[in-house]
Formats: sequence, C-alpha cells, structure tokens
Amino acid sequence: MNSSPPKHSQPLLEVRQVSKQFPGVNALSRVSLTLGHGEVLAVIGENGAGKSTLMKILAGVQTPDSGTLLIDGEAVPVSNVEDALDSGIALIHQELNLSENLDIAANIFLGREPNFCGIINQKQTYLESETFLKRVGLNLSPQTLVGNLTVGQQQMVEIAKALSINARILIMDEPTSSLSLHESEALFSVIRELKAQGVSIIYISHRLGEVKDLADRVVVLRDGENAGELDRDSISHDRMVQLMVGRSVSQFFPYTPHQPGDVVLEVKELRTPANPTHPISFSLKKNEIVGISGLVGAGRTELLQVLFGIDAPRGGTIFVNGKEIHIHSPKDAIKAGLALVPEDRKLQGLILEMAVRENMSLASLSRDRRHLGMINFLKERNISAEMIAAMNIKTPNDRQIIQFLSGGNQQKVVLGKWMALNPGVLLLDEPTRGVDVGAKEEIYHLMNELASRGMAILFVSSDLEEIRGISDRVLVMHEGQMTGTLSRAEMSEEAIMQLATGQIRESVPS
Amino acid sequence: MKKILGILILLIVVCLITAVSNENFFTAYNMQNVIRLTSLFGIISIGVAFVIISGGIDLSIGSVICLTGSLLPFLLSKGVSVPAALLLVSVVSIAIGLFHGLLITKLKLQPFIVTLCGLLIYRGIARGITEDQTQGFGTAHAGLRYLATGKIAVPFMEGFKLPVPFLIMLGLAVIAAFFLNKTIFGRYLKAIGNNETAARYSGIKTDRTVIMAYIICSFLSGAGGVLFALDINSVQPEGIGNFYELYAIAAAVLGGCSIRGGEGSILGVVIGAALMRVLRNSITMLGIPSQLEFAIIGAVILVGVVTDELVKRYAKQRRAQQQARQTSD
Repeated sequence: MNSSPPKHSQPLLEVRQVSKQFPGVNALSRVSLTLGHGEVLAVIGENGAGKSTLMKILAGVQTPDSGTLLIDGEAVPVSNVEDALDSGIALIHQELNLSENLDIAANIFLGREPNFCGIINQKQTYLESETFLKRVGLNLSPQTLVGNLTVGQQQMVEIAKALSINARILIMDEPTSSLSLHESEALFSVIRELKAQGVSIIYISHRLGEVKDLADRVVVLRDGENAGELDRDSISHDRMVQLMVGRSVSQFFPYTPHQPGDVVLEVKELRTPANPTHPISFSLKKNEIVGISGLVGAGRTELLQVLFGIDAPRGGTIFVNGKEIHIHSPKDAIKAGLALVPEDRKLQGLILEMAVRENMSLASLSRDRRHLGMINFLKERNISAEMIAAMNIKTPNDRQIIQFLSGGNQQKVVLGKWMALNPGVLLLDEPTRGVDVGAKEEIYHLMNELASRGMAILFVSSDLEEIRGISDRVLVMHEGQMTGTLSRAEMSEEAIMQLATGQIRESVPS
Repeated sequence: MKKILGILILLIVVCLITAVSNENFFTAYNMQNVIRLTSLFGIISIGVAFVIISGGIDLSIGSVICLTGSLLPFLLSKGVSVPAALLLVSVVSIAIGLFHGLLITKLKLQPFIVTLCGLLIYRGIARGITEDQTQGFGTAHAGLRYLATGKIAVPFMEGFKLPVPFLIMLGLAVIAAFFLNKTIFGRYLKAIGNNETAARYSGIKTDRTVIMAYIICSFLSGAGGVLFALDINSVQPEGIGNFYELYAIAAAVLGGCSIRGGEGSILGVVIGAALMRVLRNSITMLGIPSQLEFAIIGAVILVGVVTDELVKRYAKQRRAQQQARQTSD
C-alpha cells in the first residue's frame, strides 16, 4: 500500500545536532534526523521525550540553543514562524489554531488576504480556497463557518491552509488524538495523497498501530536524545516500544497481578455536567489498578473532576466503602478518602512559587486539629522529609522552590502530597504527562506497590502502552459514554480503539 | 528578606538626604509627626496587604475610612455611648468586607469592580448620613482621642515621645505577621494568591479564606478611619480618606507584596508605609513645590518597582544558568 518514497540524492530536510535547554531540563540534546521528499516520517517517543520541542523548533516557535537545520542541503535560519513558513514548513497543531467565527476561506488566507488598498478580494479567496479544499478531500463550501465543522474537518482546513502557503513539509502533532475512526481513515488517505504529490510529512503519534500503517521510517526519541531509527521493513510494535522506553516492555511496566478485594468506590448512574445525557456506572475494588482510556474529549477528566468534587454532578450516586457520600468540594472528597493527581500539574497540582515542603504539606495541614490553626512546622518538615525519601524525589533540599524541579520530580511531589494522607482511592489524570522515562518507571512502580498495599487506583491515560502495561482492567469512554470494560487479557490496542471510537460493546461484569 | 532590605535602604537614603538638607527633619516634633502618620497609614496598608496577597485588590479603603471616620463622631454627637458607637462602626466595616468577599467568591465578580463600586457607595452613604456636615469630637472624648493623639514618654530620650498609634500599629503588625507566617490561614492565603486552582484541588476552602482577607482589610480600614477621625478632629465627609487606598496599595507593593498575589511581608509593608510618609515630609522639608508632590511620590515608587523587577529577572536568569549547569553535569 505504501509506495517507497521517490529517490532524491539529497534529503529535503536535515536536522543536525539540535540541542535545547530549559531551566532544569535538557529538552533536546544533539538530536538529528533527515526527511526525504514525499516521505512520511514518524517521530515517536514517550511523553517528555522531546518530540514537541523538536517540532516547535522546526516550526520556528522556539529557537534551538545549538544545531542547524538544512533544507535541500542548505542551512536555513528558523528563528521565527515566518522563517519556517518561508522555508515551507508548517505545523498542524494538536490544538487547532483556527478562528471559529470566520469562514473557511478567511481562515485559509488569514494574514495574507489578497486585497486592494485593504479591501479583501473575497471572490479570489473563495476561488482559491476551493482548489485547496479539493486537495484535502473536503467537499464543503469555503463560505462555511469553521465553528460549524467537526474537529476532523477543521484539521483538514488547517492542512489546506498549510498547502495554500506551498508548504513542502507538514508537521502533524498527534493529529488523530481527537478524531473518530472514520475521520482518522479520511486523514490517512489525505496523507497518502499528499505524499504522492511530493509533500513530506512528519507524523507524531502515540498510536503505534497507525504509525505502522503510515510511516516510511520511524525516528524514536528518548529523554531528548535519538534513541534509534526503524526502516519501513523493520517497523514493529515491539521494536518501537523497546526503543521508546529503552528496555523490554515487561521490564518497564512492573505489572504484578493484584487480587481485587472489596469494592471501595462504586458509582451509579453518575451524570457529569460535561455529558449529562450519559450516566456512568462502574466500581473500583481494593488492590486494583483500573485505567480509563478514550480519545481527547471523551469525558474522562470530567469524570474524575466530578468524583473529586471539582464540578458538581447532575445526578447519580457515589458510594465509598458501601456508604453513600455527597461530594460538594475537594475537601469532601478528601474526607471520603479520595485523592486526585490532576491532569495539568502546573495549573492544578502545584503552587509553583512555593517550596517543595510547602507543596507537600498543603493537603494535610488542616488535619492537625490540636494545633489551633497554627502550622505544625515540625510535623510539616517530617512529612516532607519522609515523602522525599519514599518517592526518591531529586531536590537539593525541601526549601527548593518547586518550579525549578524537573517534571518528574514535580509530579512525585504532587503524589507525595496525597500519600501523606494515605487515601483509599487514588485518582490520577495523565500521571506521566511531561515526565521523563526514569520518573515514569518509578511512578509505575509506585502505583503497582500502592495497589498491592490495598489502595484502589483509577487512572486516566491517553497512552495506550501505559494503560495496557499496568492496568488490571480498562474502562473505555467515547463522547461521555462508557463504551466498555476490558480485562487485562482483552485489552489489545485494537479492542481499546474500537471502544474509544464509539463501537459499544456489552460491558462485562467485573 | 532581600526585598525588605532594598526598600529599607531606600527609606534610609531618603531620610539622610532630607536630614542633611534640613536640620528640622530629625527634630523630635517632626519625627513624632512622621511616626504617627506612618502608623495610621501602616494600619490600612497591613489590611490591604492581606487582600493583595490573596491575589485581589481593594479600592474602597478610602471610602470605608470616610464612612467609619464620619460615622463615629456623628453617632457620638447623637448621644450614642462610646462602646456602642465603636461596636457599630466595627460591625459596619466587617460587614463591608464580608459583602465584598461574598460577591468576589460566590458571584465570581472581579475584585477591582466590586471594590470600585464600594469606593463610590460608602462615601456617598457617609455624605448622605452626615449631610456633608463637618463632624468632630470638640473637646469631649479626650480618652478616646488619646488613642490617636496620645504620646508616651520614652526613657533616655529627652523630648521625644512615642505616639500611641505607633503602639497600636505595632500590635496589629505583630498579630498580622503571626497570622500570615505561622497559621494555616496564612499559608492558604499565599497558596491561593499563587494558584487558586491548585489550592482548590488540594482541598482548601478557597472561598472562605479569600472572604476572610477582605474582612481583615475592611476592618483595618474601618479602624484606620476611626483613628484618622480622632486624630484630625474635624472630619469632612467629602474629603477624608480620599486616595488613601492608593497610598495603602503603594505601601504594600513597595513592601514586597506582588500585585499578582502570593507573596508579601508585614514588616515590608510597614516600611513601605513609612517610605510614603517620609517622602511627603521630605517634599515639604526640601522646599519642593507641593504641586509636584504626587509626581515625585509616583516617580519614586515606579523607580522602586522597576529596580525590583530588574533584580528579580537577573536572579532568575542566574538561577536558570545554575540549574542548567547542574543538570548538564
């Protein structure tokens, strides 16, 4: 199905020894890659491997500290987005950058409107837009408001926009993360079509299945470095994962089967404000790790937020240890023995300008009722020292301001904050997002250990490998609906994706 | 601590320049005056510091001062007893803070708007109640007026007497510093000022804490209003407390409170209030035309804030470099 890329003596794009540092992190160190004419190159890696940084550098959003970019063998400066566009590089963002209040043509020509003395030549924009829409297989009038399009169609508009500026290199960052199966298929055929037209594509994805189908070559990044490269013939699921995590899969995911105990958390007909028409029911047992899988926007985060009292439910009941509880605030949830490691660490998890110690104690300060509202500084110090040791947090001392720690260590502090309360139910939302491979492994080990000690763990993840690697069971959601439950034996990538894209299956009693 | 050191140095420099240029600056009389006014302004600055640390702002301070400052002599002149009148103005100022806090947390209105409306409303009410008549205590209530005008002899300091408001301010500052640094309330307040969402996700009742900050601010404004009224003994509802919220905010910001919330120290705020008063005093002492007063105060604050920002950036850069070196090792 994939024809081999046309042969040219020189690669279209060459990235040579590019490095980029952020405070506390080596985001990229001496990363190199090449991209041929009409080639689909997949760039894969764990969260935090440096894919996004590399793509931002290519698109001129960020400037590298060192290294060069060559196009057709010539070094080009890419210090801002305009430079990148001039060189023919366009980035299709994970979050689409379209103005929903404007029509398709206006979006395609935004900033480059054909005009006479400031008066836009509408006719020309519509006419030209049509040709680009045709190239991406979108049968829509260019006068359609972008706000009325589906996410998949909006993505096509983004691609059309990139084509309209003669982009020769399209960078697609997780393009299928919010697409239905059907929309994904449409995208793949457009990608193949573009490839045939000689457009080169850098394709970033977590979905190894689609990488295998699409890519001519795979470049793997790990912790900001080149971890390996696979040619079309040698692309296999296991090889990719192995390169991504740097060791064999079974070593990386420390799964030990847990013997589920009594039901700790039971949710009956819960309606979240985001998806009130789809009542959700499930239960969680002691010693159990349950993953929640689904596409972006499936309502997974919203579910956890209702359970933790961030948002009020629209109906339904929650039982903890067999007792019905009413959760109106995170404080109520904490009292019931729940804890939440939120999705956005910096926004929801940490007080960035406070010290490690102060972040660690934030949830447990008010536990000490005998201290009359005063802080028990001795206890605070002990808790933070204990957690730093238990979680193996790398910090010079616990007075360190937390924003200067690496993502992995920050995440461990958020975890430590809750461990100090010893919750019965641990909710985690994308627990390893933006975390290096080492810390990731530690977090998996910790989850596994907590489960064996009796904690019930419910975690949301967009990373299928992670879901399959450490869960005893996976719940799959699609557009606010719980579409199914899969046992460990059943959770193949295909089975999860089927449920995640809306193919309902009778839930198996757990 | 470094932040306080900077503004302390600035205060000392301004004092020295003025003292060298005018020998009257360091006289007991002038010092007593400066200290008395510093204390009065210090009290309201401490109040607004709590709100600023929570990430909010209170623009109604001057009008709350006007309301309690007019209401106290008005009530007393109508024959209300001293304790009852004091109790009433306290309740009024606490109620105002509660009102602000509820609107800001429960209705999610912006603090700027809520307190801007307060600024208009409370002065209007005060002027309405008093019919814009000048209020005063006359020669009565000497005991009460002692709180604002009294002086206490200091051993070994011939001629210099410590104004009573200074002791009041000192007491309040100690209590405020204790609350901010040693209690869970203070920790929560700073956490909310830095990142309210994360504070909420940590199980903190953020609304309650924020409301408390506005109550503290309005209460201290009310107390300040009472003391200002007792001090000047001739309260014009139209004018008393005008712009005082800006003096208080400026003092708090000079003293190291970030207007973005999350940080601040009470000692810094008090020094900030002192700097504001000394600057005003210096303008008179140095013979600078009083029309320029606002321009000079504004310029000095701006210079202070800009310097602080530059120093902070430099420190951050150095820190980032250090970090980078550590990680590359």
